[in-house]
Amino acid sequence: MTFRAKHLLGIEHLSSEDIKTLLDLAAHYVDLNRRDIKHNDALAGLTQVNMFFENSTRTQASFELAGKRLGADVMNMAMQASSIKKGETLIDTALTLNAMHPDLLVVRHPQSGAVNLLAEKVNCAVLNAGDGRHEHPTQALLDALTIQRAKGRLHRLSIAICGDIAHSRVARSNIFLLGKMENRVRLVGPPTLMPAGVADWGVEVYGDMAEGLRDVDVVMMLRLQRERMDGAFIPSEREYYHRFGLDAAKLKVAKDDAIVMHPGPMNRGVEIDGTLADDINRSVIQEQVEMGVAVRMAAMDLLARNLRTSRQPEGVLV
Amino acid sequence: MSTLVTNARLIDPEAGTEKHGALLIRDGQIAEVFGTPEPDMGAMPDKRQPRVTQDAAGKYLAPGIVDIGVKVSEPGERHKESFRSAGRAAAAGGVTTMVTRPDTDPAIDSPEVLEFVTRRANEDAPVRVLPMAALTKGRQGREMVEIGFLKDAGAAAFTDCDSVVQNTKVLSRCMTYARSLGALVIGHPQDPGLSDGAAATSGKFSSLKGLPAVSPMAERIGLDRDLALAELSGVAYHADQITTKSALDRLAQAKAQGIDVTAGISIHHLTLNELDVGDYRTFFKVKPPLRSEDDRMACAEAVASGLIDVISSMHTPQDEESKRLPFEAAASGAVALETLLPAALRLYHAGQIDLPALFRALSLNPSRRLGLGTGRLAVGAPADLILFDPDAPFVLDRFALRSKSKNTPFDGARLQGRVLATWVAGNCIYTGD
Repeated sequence: MTFRAKHLLGIEHLSSEDIKTLLDLAAHYVDLNRRDIKHNDALAGLTQVNMFFENSTRTQASFELAGKRLGADVMNMAMQASSIKKGETLIDTALTLNAMHPDLLVVRHPQSGAVNLLAEKVNCAVLNAGDGRHEHPTQALLDALTIQRAKGRLHRLSIAICGDIAHSRVARSNIFLLGKMENRVRLVGPPTLMPAGVADWGVEVYGDMAEGLRDVDVVMMLRLQRERMDGAFIPSEREYYHRFGLDAAKLKVAKDDAIVMHPGPMNRGVEIDGTLADDINRSVIQEQVEMGVAVRMAAMDLLARNLRTSRQPEGVLV
Repeated sequence: MSTLVTNARLIDPEAGTEKHGALLIRDGQIAEVFGTPEPDMGAMPDKRQPRVTQDAAGKYLAPGIVDIGVKVSEPGERHKESFRSAGRAAAAGGVTTMVTRPDTDPAIDSPEVLEFVTRRANEDAPVRVLPMAALTKGRQGREMVEIGFLKDAGAAAFTDCDSVVQNTKVLSRCMTYARSLGALVIGHPQDPGLSDGAAATSGKFSSLKGLPAVSPMAERIGLDRDLALAELSGVAYHADQITTKSALDRLAQAKAQGIDVTAGISIHHLTLNELDVGDYRTFFKVKPPLRSEDDRMACAEAVASGLIDVISSMHTPQDEESKRLPFEAAASGAVALETLLPAALRLYHAGQIDLPALFRALSLNPSRRLGLGTGRLAVGAPADLILFDPDAPFVLDRFALRSKSKNTPFDGARLQGRVLATWVAGNCIYTGD
C-alpha cells in the first residue's frame, strides 16, 4: 500500500499509485455494498463530521452512508444555517469542532482553497467534498472507478468532458486524474465556459460537439452551474442545449460503445437529453452513484489507517 | 546643527551617478557635496565646523525614499497601523516621506478630516507625511470633493485609490476642475466590470486553483480610459500601478504624445509573480493581483528605462483576522515600508537596474511629481537622506517588523540591504544595528 496522505484535499498531489490503491480498495467495497450485510468495522469508534457550507444532498448522503457502513459515528452539520451566519470565521468554526475530537472531517465550501485552509488548523483527517471551483477529488475517483469497470481499463482512453468547465471542480479533478492515468482528455464547450489558460493544461479544446466527441470512449457531461452564473456566459438554455446538450444524434460520432456520464444533479433538457440519460446501454449515471459510496468508504478507510499510524506513540513497533 | 558624512558612496539619481565622496548637512539642508571621501575641513572657520562627523565606511548615501500610496489606518482602523508605527517602520525602511492614502474610514474627503490626519501625523510620525485626499466624496464616484480647500489644507494629490470612478462624466469633471487648480490626480487603472470579484490574474495558474480571476487586459482598458480623459482635460495624471505589458505600450504612447502622465508600480508586482500565491497564501493577495512572470519582467525593464516613473510600497496593513480567510474572502494588500528597499535591491542584485536609476524611481521621480524639493543630492536640497548597505544579508521575520500589522509576503525570505541611518531635514531619526 502506498497511500500515505494525511488528508484528501485534491487529486493534484496524488500519484498514480495512490489512485490505484484507492480504486483497488474501492472495488472491494463495491462487493461489500452489494451484499445483504453491508457492514464492517473499519471506522469503528471514530467520529466523522460532515461540514457542508454549501447545499448538497447527494454527496452528503453518500459520505454519510459510507461512514455508517464502516461503523463510524457520523454527524452532519448544515453550516449555512449555523454559526457562519452569526459571523464566526471558518477557522474559529474549525477550531471549535476540532476541540470535539473528530477523526474524519468531510468539508464542502463555496470558496476555492477553503478546505486547504481548514486542514491546516485541525488535527484530524480532512476530506474535500468540493471547494469552490477548485477540486472535488472523490467525484473524480468515483468517475475513474466507473470508467475502469465499464471499459476494463483506465488508461489510453479518449475522454471528452463537456459543458461548463470554467465553474466546475469536477472537471479540474477529473483532468488531473485522467491525465495522471495517461488518458487523452478533450474539453468541449462554449469559449465563455472555458477557463483561461486552458490550452496549457495538456488537454485538447473543442468548441463544437461534433468535432469534440468524434471517436471518444467516454462522454462526461457537466452540470450547467446555474447558481454560479453571475454574468452573461450563454445566451439562453435552449441555445445551449441545441449546441452543447448531449442527445443521441450528437453521441453518434463517438465510438459505438462510448459511455455517457454525469456527476449529477442533472438538468434534463439543458445539458443532457432525458431519454439518453436513462438509456441503460449508454448511460452509467446510476453506477456513478453506486461507485461514489464505495470510493468514499475506501478514502476514509485509508485516511483512518494513516491517522491511527500517526497516533501511535513514537518508537513503538506495531 | 551640522553633520559631515565622510567616506560614502554617493548615489545621485539626478545626475545618474554613483561616486565616492562626502556630504555636509547643515540647517536641515545639504550644505555641500564633496568629491573626496575625506574632505579637508581645516579651511573652514571654526563656527562652520561640523558638530558631528560620521564615517560611512564606504556604504551608500542616497536621497530618502518618497513613497506614494502608503496606507496608515488612521482614522478608523488604528489597530492595523498608526502614524507612530507606520512612521517608525518608514524610518527603518529608508522612507523619509510617506504620501498617505485617503482610503481610510471615513475617507479623507474633507478639509476637517485632512486636518485631523495632518495633526496626528505631526504628533507621532518621525518622517514627513504628506496626506492625499479622495477625489470624490466618500470615494463613491459621484460628487467631487472640495479640491480647492483640500489643496490649501495640504492635500498632496487626489485619488479614490482602488475604488475606480466608474462614471466617466464625473471623472472628466473632476479632472477638469483639478487641472484649473494644478492638482495632481492619481488613478487606479482597472476596468471595474472585468475585475469585479477577482482574486487573481486569469491564466493557467488561477484556473487550476479555481480562483475568480481578472484578465490583465482590464488594466489596459482602465488606463486607456483615464489617458483619454487626461488628454481631454489636460490634468496632471499619475497611474498608481501599471503592472502589465500591454498597458506599458499605451503608457509609452501617451508619454510620446505629450500627455502629462506618470506611472508607478508596487514593489510586490516588481519582485513577485502569480505563482507565489502557491496554495492560497493570502499574504500574497494584493490589488491588482500578482501578474505573470512575463509581465513582471516587462515592468522591471520599464522601471530601468524610466517608462515606469515611480516604485512605491503600496503599504497596506491588514490584521491577522482579515487574512486568515479563504483566499477569495481574504483582504487584499501587504505591508512593505520596511521591505521596500531590500526587495527593490533584488532588481539591483539581479543586474536589472543600477542604483542611481533605482533611486530615480524611489526618491527623485515621486518627489518631482509632487513638486517637492527632495529626492536629490544637491546643495540646498532638504537633507532627507539614507545611509544603507545594499549587500547586508538577512532573513525576514515578519514579527520583527515595526508595523502593527505583519502581513508581508516576504516572511522567511532571504533579502539583502539594510538601512544604517535615516535623516529627515538633517535630523538623524534612525540608526540601524
